[in-house]
Amino acid sequence: MSLPKNVSSLSIHEGPKSAGTREMISVHNLVKKFGDVTAVADISFCVPEGQIFAFLGPNGAGKTTTIKILTTMLRCTEGSVRIDGLDVAVSQDKVRRCFGIVFQDSSLDDAMSAYENLSFHAVLYGLKGQRRYARIEEVLRRFDLWERRDEKVSKYSTGMRRRLEIARSLLHTPRILFLDEPSAGLDPQTRSYLWKQVKALNENEGVTVFLTTHYLEEAERVADYIAIIDHGKIVAQGTASNLKELTEMTTLDDAFVVLTGSSIRDG
Amino acid sequence: MGVIYAHWNRQLKSYLHSGPRIVSSIVQPIFYLMALGFGLGRTFEQAGQGNYVQFLAPAMLAMIILFSAFFSGIELLYDRRFGFLRATMVAPVSRLSIMLGRTMGGATVAWIQGVLVFIFCTLVGYRPVSLRTVPLALLIMALIAIVFAAMGTLVGSLFTDFSAFQTVTNFLAMPFFFFSGALFPLTNAPRLMVWGAMSDPFAYGVDALRAVLNGTSVPFGLSLDLAILTILASAAITGGAYLFSRIEL
Repeated sequence: MSLPKNVSSLSIHEGPKSAGTREMISVHNLVKKFGDVTAVADISFCVPEGQIFAFLGPNGAGKTTTIKILTTMLRCTEGSVRIDGLDVAVSQDKVRRCFGIVFQDSSLDDAMSAYENLSFHAVLYGLKGQRRYARIEEVLRRFDLWERRDEKVSKYSTGMRRRLEIARSLLHTPRILFLDEPSAGLDPQTRSYLWKQVKALNENEGVTVFLTTHYLEEAERVADYIAIIDHGKIVAQGTASNLKELTEMTTLDDAFVVLTGSSIRDG
Repeated sequence: MGVIYAHWNRQLKSYLHSGPRIVSSIVQPIFYLMALGFGLGRTFEQAGQGNYVQFLAPAMLAMIILFSAFFSGIELLYDRRFGFLRATMVAPVSRLSIMLGRTMGGATVAWIQGVLVFIFCTLVGYRPVSLRTVPLALLIMALIAIVFAAMGTLVGSLFTDFSAFQTVTNFLAMPFFFFSGALFPLTNAPRLMVWGAMSDPFAYGVDALRAVLNGTSVPFGLSLDLAILTILASAAITGGAYLFSRIEL
């Protein structure tokens, strides 16, 4: 399938910006090399406050590497990354307080209860005393886990675990939420519940959301803005409608395949 | 500070809440003590070396601490593999505090196991030379625990899969134990083995405990033991902290 004529002339513009909007995530000319291998080859984008931003790409495209750099797990080779105005290379701890993250693989301690997992997290983020207990109860109730807070996490279903992980990521009231494949492995009810919660967070509390997912119809429904990365470069940015218009496709799934090719990636 | 305590507490709770783990973990030195101490006891005595159970017991305390502390490093691998570590590494806390909490937690669990083995030894007839030396022995046990817990963290930071860790354990922890003079008096051993023991960190721990608990004269001497163990503890903690801080997830 060949790309429509105007795709090659697509210029990589950096996201919609309204005057005075706070840039929560801003990436400029980011490069990451591992020895001779270039995983991320000069990408730039911005996520303004209150946006739900979907970062999509095939396996091995550079998605995970980018997220790791944004969340201070890796250092970039070149370029600048700012989270809420703070340079990730310079103010690592301050940056870490700005965001919560839900990893693709479970990062809970199975041997502890839900409550204990959250207490531990509270210590890591400096939540003390009354505020700690109040926040733990608040997030557990919000995600319908309060009744089973003292049960060991090993007894939780996948859906419950994911809810607990999201609850945990919000404990320190971060302004940004990173979600790495949040709905992977979940049943439809839990998935729908999850996105409802995320949307509510975004709409009511203005939390900026940065997500990756392979469920493109979800990205289409939930995301305000989308960037597609492939081979370490951003091949397209825009709203779901922009991308569909661009590729003359009716679903984001099809637009994605047009933009990244239909060969299977082994990552 | 709270971070160190939280990690320390987590290790401790995980151990204390697992009854089967507590019992099974101290089985090994008990078996050694029973089989060798009583099995080989008479032969040992006939060779003029005294009571074998008395000779073995301090080494058995050290043994459980060595293996338990070193294996606390494998928990690091486990947490790495199954994700828990990632959540802590992305938090606004220093890697050093995480490492110290984990290492001290592993050392504390190992120390507790040493105490349990000590109690068992006294139940089968072992007697320290004097009760007044027991507090010092407990301190030495703590020092040994710290040395090997830090070493376990160091090794755990180097590898990402369990099999590599197991290999290292077999080629490090096992030789540490067997060539330290834990099971036999070094004074009668071939010179090569004595030299081997001199470069074996564990040998100094065994030596120190024997000196303090049994009151007998020992090949290395208590002062040397304490000096070496202290240097090793500092080196292992420094090396472990450095390597732990370099982990990429």
